[in-house]
Amino acid sequence: MKPILSVNNYLPNRPVLYGLAAGLMLLLSGCAFNPPAPWERGDLAKSSMRFDNDKLDSLAQKHTYFSKEAASGGSGVGGGGCGCN
Amino acid sequence: MNRARAMGQHLRTLSIAALAAFAGFPLVSHAVESGAVAPTVSLPGISATVSTSAQPGRWVYVDFWASWCAPCKRSFPWMNAMHAKYQSRGLLIVAVNVDAKRADADRFLKQNPAEFTIAFDPAGETPKRFAVKAMPSAYLIDPSGRVRWVHRGFTDADAAKLDAELDAALSRK
Repeated sequence: MKPILSVNNYLPNRPVLYGLAAGLMLLLSGCAFNPPAPWERGDLAKSSMRFDNDKLDSLAQKHTYFSKEAASGGSGVGGGGCGCN
Repeated sequence: MNRARAMGQHLRTLSIAALAAFAGFPLVSHAVESGAVAPTVSLPGISATVSTSAQPGRWVYVDFWASWCAPCKRSFPWMNAMHAKYQSRGLLIVAVNVDAKRADADRFLKQNPAEFTIAFDPAGETPKRFAVKAMPSAYLIDPSGRVRWVHRGFTDADAAKLDAELDAALSRK
């Protein structure tokens, strides 16, 4: 005998669930489905969109990077290997 | 049970629609290449409406530019030179600005004065119809309204080559 009230009654069938899951994954992938057209890239071209927009900040970051990570030359050209960061 | 099936059907349609809307169909655009009939440009200019409908004896060089595009800036002195050189031979240079804000374009034009015709398309309808793939893009349109050639990007190395190509096109008629 079938139960009258069941959660199964309110769940879509398997292919639909797969479809929904796939759709959700695509949505959550965080990619632009319609990337901006070549003529719409004014905002992307702003200098504030650069990683190294702030010179002082990027210098400080570089300094911290090679000091803490002991990566002499790791963020650019090879270092001298003297260990004197 | 019937209700559940109906709901399932409904969800199936919905999920297919969602998939199609978000993933399946990137903008299908047919780029305007040489030999194609060029879309007509009819846009507000600095003082009057700019239109590029086909006219006997008139060649149109349509260029798409923006204030934030560095190679576009490079092309401005060159376009001024081409305007001075080929205007008398029937060349109309129309530089379509695609900045979203008019103020950006005006500031650029103050720094880079243009002798040639400027048109404004903040909504981007014209570049969409041309299916512009790069900034800047230039289209040479012959008097019958067909695209003769397309040039994407601009470097100083292009200047002499494009000059020669313009000269050749205008003398062939």
